[in-house]
Amino acid sequence: MNTPATNFKPDRPKRLVMKGITKQYPGCLANDSVDLDICVGEIHALLGENGAGKSTLMKTIYGIVKPDSGEMIWEGEPIRIKDPAHARKLGIGMVFQHFSLFETLTVTENIALALGDDASDMKALAEKIRTVSARYGMALNPERYVHSLSVGERQRVEIVRCLVQDIRLLILDEPTSVLTPQEVNTLFITLRRLAEEGCSILFISHKLNEVKALCHRATVLRGGRVSGACIPAEEDPSGMARMMVGEDMPISMDYEKVIGEDVFLQVRGLSRISEDPFGVDLKHINLDVHAGEIVGIAGVAGNGQEELLAALSGEYTIKNHDAIHFPCGPVGHLCPEKRRRKGLAFVPEERLGRGAVPDMSLKDNALLTGFLTGLVKKGMIDHQATENFAQKIIQQYRVKTPHSGTHAKSLSGGNLQKFIIGREILQNPQLLVAAHPTWGVDIGAATAIHQALIELRDKGAAILIVSEDIDELFQISDRLCALCDGALSPIKATNDTSLEEVGQWMAGMFETENKTDATSAQTDIGAPHVV
Amino acid sequence: MDMDLITNILYAMIRTGTPLLIIALGEMVCEKSGVLNLGQEGMILMGAVAGFIVTLLTGSLFFGFLMAMAAGVIMSQLFAMITLGLNANQVATGLALTIFGTGLSAFIGADFVGQPIQGLDVIVIPLLSDIPVIGKMLFAQDAIVYLSFGLFTALYWFFRSSRTGLIVKAVGENPHAANAIGLPVMRTRYLAVAFGGAMAGLAGGYLSLAYTPMWAENMSAGRGWIALALVVFASWRTERVLLGAYLFGLASILHLVAQGLGFSVSPNLLAMLPYVATVLVLVMMSRNQSRSKMFAPMSLGKPFHVGS
Repeated sequence: MNTPATNFKPDRPKRLVMKGITKQYPGCLANDSVDLDICVGEIHALLGENGAGKSTLMKTIYGIVKPDSGEMIWEGEPIRIKDPAHARKLGIGMVFQHFSLFETLTVTENIALALGDDASDMKALAEKIRTVSARYGMALNPERYVHSLSVGERQRVEIVRCLVQDIRLLILDEPTSVLTPQEVNTLFITLRRLAEEGCSILFISHKLNEVKALCHRATVLRGGRVSGACIPAEEDPSGMARMMVGEDMPISMDYEKVIGEDVFLQVRGLSRISEDPFGVDLKHINLDVHAGEIVGIAGVAGNGQEELLAALSGEYTIKNHDAIHFPCGPVGHLCPEKRRRKGLAFVPEERLGRGAVPDMSLKDNALLTGFLTGLVKKGMIDHQATENFAQKIIQQYRVKTPHSGTHAKSLSGGNLQKFIIGREILQNPQLLVAAHPTWGVDIGAATAIHQALIELRDKGAAILIVSEDIDELFQISDRLCALCDGALSPIKATNDTSLEEVGQWMAGMFETENKTDATSAQTDIGAPHVV
Repeated sequence: MDMDLITNILYAMIRTGTPLLIIALGEMVCEKSGVLNLGQEGMILMGAVAGFIVTLLTGSLFFGFLMAMAAGVIMSQLFAMITLGLNANQVATGLALTIFGTGLSAFIGADFVGQPIQGLDVIVIPLLSDIPVIGKMLFAQDAIVYLSFGLFTALYWFFRSSRTGLIVKAVGENPHAANAIGLPVMRTRYLAVAFGGAMAGLAGGYLSLAYTPMWAENMSAGRGWIALALVVFASWRTERVLLGAYLFGLASILHLVAQGLGFSVSPNLLAMLPYVATVLVLVMMSRNQSRSKMFAPMSLGKPFHVGS
């Protein structure tokens, strides 16, 4: 065995060995005799696409899921982990993708809850939280309420919650998906330091360059089985991508950047105070989206994306009608249906509940926003046309479903996303506003969605994409900006900006132009010509 | 108005507010853990009838109250088995529990209607009870009223500074997260429901053994529903529940006083007063959405399955 440039040697004692882990869910074999071993002080990557079985495997380690068969050996002893409390006792900590924090409690209270009875002295614990967070370079104020923290800070709470205990194996589920590039670097420094101190780390991700930068070894899962293992430092990303995706799927493409034509969507001085105490206020947002271009809005979740999308889709109406303008006139006061009639299509962030009605069939869900394309005649539903429309979406976007009568809630997240995107694109909108278009979708389907978006753009539609995936935004947008705490950064042509700059915007490092409305509006319009 | 009248009004306010306070505090704990039990009326009536019968047969008020609480707990655990164990709908099950308890208590208590017992005595604390105006209200009450003062203090402390209180809040806010960090979600919920049942039973016992020492069908007179509304409008805060309960007590007394003073208003309208006044005041207080959201249990009424 050869070792990479790092000082890690795979002949160290094993912390955890898993052999032949199998877990069967109704209709899906989530883990099929998976083998995995993690050494002391190792950062081990678990790679795979959504639905590859990563989540099931780590939930097995953490005692949330009981495997049907297979054995686990913890520090040389065979073991059966009963529940998360047992896992914590062994020194296994987990940082969830959707945080397991309590919003109405303080940082200290949140951490105390996880510690069991030895956390009775809250003052001492707060002191310990300060020391630990300072030691690993993760500033954290123990007295703050969790609902007032940014997503990055919440992740710190989760990590610190693991660190105040005797931690031996730290599991991180896609930890970088919610962070700015700068925050990712800080996180990596912390993780390397932890590993040097002997803690084992299981790093779950599908971002290959991160795995390459951080991890000592990698195990790749595909369709519930181990499809390969490698040393990321020695492997090139496309090789690892092949192991993840398998068959000869197109993995990624470069798209030509274009300059838009006339302005379609014009947002001027859009402000809105949030009614939700945990919501974000929109602060004087100015934005133009031209016909025939894709504008990307980057940003860490919870910085006003939800509120901006609601204002654009018509879920919130705006008192100042002129704040949102289509070529046909102001639309700020119009409800979603009226905006759709004027050319808008919308892909919401939340798939079940906003994007689709969970208990309705795909066909009925297709009708829900497709009713303007001739599916309803004189108030009566044309069932044949609706069925054809649903079938067209299912075929063109390769939605895996037995038939169009399947309930939306029984589709996997990625599959439903393909359906919703397809439904909106096939209506040939003049303006498409889409949130996280490829979130949870596998690489092959993501490429297909990107191509469809580009095609729509080339037909002359204005497209606005809100996403947390910076790589995706750089790949498909013609112009880029970022949202931070309800304020919008300057917009630049994608070719004229850099990952670092967008990262700074995401962290709020930009000047907000409040008074110079007229001038900024002009520069906005002028901007795309810089390409 | 003379001093004596005010003293007596305040005294009666506490007496009338006490059963409501006990029920509402029990329900608040239950809801804080994320379980909505609409079966209050049923549990109160079962507590009232069970406590009355045991006291009548044994002559012991102590056993009467003990049995009242036990009846409440048994009823609540029936509810817990159905909603937590079998994951049935909490609203429907709670309504069924009320109907069931109302009917069963009437059936069991049919032979005991109108029978006399010796009710709970007032314990007058020397010196302190002589304080003008508030002395009688605070220090010349029966044991259950004193107990309710203690209960309020204990719960106030429980949710403010105890770890167990923190766990109850966490389970009610996000049971999945609570389970993921190893907190006993189901046990917490069962216990919270049981506490709510015990308090409803105790309040029932108070009605039939102290407040009006007798048993009559449906004698809870909608207090369970008022308590439910109280918890919501008090935005799950202990001190506001106390305030709301005594406000209801005060309004109930005022309509009697008003009638006594000969106001020519329909007695039916006056009888509405306590309900209207309590709801109005609490609605005014809970107007500020953002403040109340900080205390509301976010997973209230939502069933929880242990991860699969």
